[in-house]
Amino acid sequence: MEFLVSSNPSANPGSRWLLLYAFVVFGFLYLPIVVLILYSFNGTGVGGFPPRHLTLDWYRTLFGDGPIWDSVLNSLEVALAAMAISLTFGIPAALALDRADFPGKALFRRLVLLPLILPGIITGLSLLMLFNLGNVKLSLLTITLGHGTALISVATTEVFAGLQKLDRAQEEASLDLGANYWQTFWRVTVPNLKLPIIGAALLIFTLSMDEIAVSFFLIGRDNTLPLEIWGRLRRGITPEINAVSTIIFVFSLLTIVLWYRLRVRAEGSADLGAELVTVNDREGT
Amino acid sequence: MFSRAYKTVVTVPPLAWVAVFLLVPYLLMFCYSFWSVSSLQTIVHSWNFDNYRDLLEKPVYWQTLLRSMWIAARVTLFSLVLGYPLAYFLSFYAGRRKDLLYQMVIIPLWVSYLVRAYAWKTILGSDGVLNTLLQYAHLTNHPLDFLLYSPFAVVLTLTHIYTPFTFLPVYAALEHIPRNLVEASHDLGATPTQTFWKVIFPLSIPGVLAGATFAFVLSLGDFLAPLLLGGPSGIMISNIVVSLFGAAYNWPLGAAISLCMLVLVVSLLFVSERLEKKWSFS
Repeated sequence: MEFLVSSNPSANPGSRWLLLYAFVVFGFLYLPIVVLILYSFNGTGVGGFPPRHLTLDWYRTLFGDGPIWDSVLNSLEVALAAMAISLTFGIPAALALDRADFPGKALFRRLVLLPLILPGIITGLSLLMLFNLGNVKLSLLTITLGHGTALISVATTEVFAGLQKLDRAQEEASLDLGANYWQTFWRVTVPNLKLPIIGAALLIFTLSMDEIAVSFFLIGRDNTLPLEIWGRLRRGITPEINAVSTIIFVFSLLTIVLWYRLRVRAEGSADLGAELVTVNDREGT
Repeated sequence: MFSRAYKTVVTVPPLAWVAVFLLVPYLLMFCYSFWSVSSLQTIVHSWNFDNYRDLLEKPVYWQTLLRSMWIAARVTLFSLVLGYPLAYFLSFYAGRRKDLLYQMVIIPLWVSYLVRAYAWKTILGSDGVLNTLLQYAHLTNHPLDFLLYSPFAVVLTLTHIYTPFTFLPVYAALEHIPRNLVEASHDLGATPTQTFWKVIFPLSIPGVLAGATFAFVLSLGDFLAPLLLGGPSGIMISNIVVSLFGAAYNWPLGAAISLCMLVLVVSLLFVSERLEKKWSFS
């Protein structure tokens, strides 16, 4: 542990306690994740110390479990469609905030960002009232509309941050050289915003796959994965839930690593998701 | 440089979508909160303040709201107590390993909210990991039952979920502090403790405010952790709303409570934004 401290010349005796404290906090952050993964191999159930009879049975059960895989497919469908909606409206919204002036712009910016900071229950219920008023039957479609709308904020913040760094001269040159706006958008603007857009897409996808507070109120007959898990939690729990969670975790981890490498190659730094909190903050002021 | 047509094309579609799927629903919630339910279980569209009077007169509502705020306040405090020193350590003492450790704070954010709450349930239950561990180590001979189905479990779980959220803005604020200010403070003879309290901490306040607001607002409106881990004594205000929209079937009253939450949250955001501006140095 010495190496961490000594690498910094301004180290002081207090920093050793700080190091210890940081380890404790990391322990707290990772304890549930370690337990979750460990007990997915536990033959005797979700609790009980020490873990006994290590087995892959729960993964075998999981692979033969139809309803879970149906819900995974539903979640994938919802996440992809929500991603399409959020990007379709979130990218123009970022362009509008960056380049156009219109009445109600300040309100619009706040409104777009609101679902991200608002407890999910408020977004979910207000949409439920809308669908109820319009006699729309609750289904995967209503969940998709909910996710798509709530996550526009992600696309907008990421792309808006990208636009701030964009060199306008390129777009100007393209327009001067006779390309129309449509061509300029696809050939100059979008390629320059590739990273923010991919980042936003990955983030929207993952957030949608995990989302439960909004979906909770908009659910029809078919479950998304989190809702399927939720239903099972209330009926009694087996390590099968640990197993499916472990698999999702591994996939999320792979997504981050993928993103990280992409970004490091392009820019030398990466902070997927972190930008959301900080960008939001900067933009809100 | 951009024509009127371009501006219209990028402005109108998102504006229309947001109006239909965000603005109208919030307005609808506002309207609902002034309506009522008839004895035939239909919504009566007559405008009155009955729901709000109920909220003021029946103690169960504001008591639950106060309890939720108390839970959220504890979550906020604990998230800062855990997240701030971690951010400070990473920003000032982690050296070369900064980026790696930073990613390690982010990773738990990618484990689904529900899954983390569930993991705590398997840890805290009466035959859960912690209780069986304590008995295995002969530290106790019967399960501790205050661990699960209590406000304690809710606070613990929400703290776990919101610590990384609190960490992020604090870390960003600390990273933006010009290092020569810190050096100047050292050179002028301040001890590390003095430097922290007189230079670093004041400059990090905007980050603290942003993180605290995030943790408070999101945990205030939570209803899943209380359902899963809270038990009867851990019920929060959103759980009442859920039941009003479900079995109790009183949407207007539920809408009134939601609207109060919305107003509370938006005012908090407003205040914290003001304070952040006041404390920011750039």
